[in-house]
Amino acid sequence: MIQRFANPNRFMRLSAAVVPWMAGATVILGAAGLYLGLFQAPADYQQGESVRIMYVHVPAAWMALFCYTSMAAASATALIWKHPLADLAARSTAPIGICFTFLALITGSLWGKPMWGTWWVWDARLTSVLVLFFLYLGYMALVNAFDDPARGAKAAAVLALVGFVNVPIIKFSVDWWNSLHQPASVLKLGGPSIHPSMLAPLLLMALAFTTYYFWVLLVRLRAEILSTKIRAVRLRQVHG
Amino acid sequence: MKRKHKRLTFIVLGMGLLATAAALMLSAFEDNIVFFYSPTEVLDKKLGAERRVRIGGLVEDGSVKKAGIEVTFRVTDLANVIPVTYTGILPDLFREGQGVIAEGRFVNGVFRADEVLAKHDETYMPPEVAEALKKSGRWQETEKTLKRSGQMDRMGTAQ
Repeated sequence: MIQRFANPNRFMRLSAAVVPWMAGATVILGAAGLYLGLFQAPADYQQGESVRIMYVHVPAAWMALFCYTSMAAASATALIWKHPLADLAARSTAPIGICFTFLALITGSLWGKPMWGTWWVWDARLTSVLVLFFLYLGYMALVNAFDDPARGAKAAAVLALVGFVNVPIIKFSVDWWNSLHQPASVLKLGGPSIHPSMLAPLLLMALAFTTYYFWVLLVRLRAEILSTKIRAVRLRQVHG
Repeated sequence: MKRKHKRLTFIVLGMGLLATAAALMLSAFEDNIVFFYSPTEVLDKKLGAERRVRIGGLVEDGSVKKAGIEVTFRVTDLANVIPVTYTGILPDLFREGQGVIAEGRFVNGVFRADEVLAKHDETYMPPEVAEALKKSGRWQETEKTLKRSGQMDRMGTAQ
């Protein structure tokens, strides 16, 4: 199954067909989610209008974890099975993931000032997400630090796997330790503690962020494959 | 064993060891990772005046007294209570019955805070729904389950 899609030529054909659908889905879901979230959804009984920051913050934070998990999975696949596309997928995911992480940190800070009374505190959740941000940075630096791309990919893949221990720490930080950050509202025992009128735009935005990730990932992957091909053609010309 | 099976075993074992190491480290540093202590923990650990600490709990109902910009209130985890004084501007979400975190030190048994942060719970609903719940008398229920399930676990009483 993976073997079939790992063939770069087949991937180029398939992805060309999928990219417009992902782009369309992102635009439609994002527009619907933003409209519902910013205009239709009610203000919160405690937070007032500031609750609307959640519709960007929460999906961004989810995607920050999702991207890192994908990156670690792709890195493991690359290390174990040496699939030609896995390295490229991990390398292409990192910049998208770091953008989501950055967005989650910034929107969280903007929400924290009026609600908590502070821009930033060193509690377990906030600190572990900042560590995630630095892990992405480190990955991107390492993957480009070698003249031989294969060596960079291997070293960075190991870093991605080591850094994966941070992902469950982020997820459960609010349950394991006292923290300022509130615990999970959606994925928790006993059902979500968020009103359906607010949950709907939140889930729409989460879907939009997910299709956005796959859209940009496919575009980046296609560019990586093309540049690999160009490099191969140039080398062949040089060596005659 | 094929080479890729060797690599798979190596990575699975490595991740397992890494997770164990991380778990050991985090449990060893638990005291430094918790963001605040509940009143019960403060009493158990006999945290004295010499150290700056953060305490957290619910603002006790009926305990908030304001005199100018000086505020006194009591922080409770429903088992023990700590009196707090604070001079300054309170965050919007600060109110009785809500979670709060105060940073400062003890002076003669009173916690003198120099920073007060409001802790938000994980419940989100429109004001009309909150109003309706209060009217139908089910508010206490939600509040109780909320305190039991959400906030109070992390305020230390569930331990």
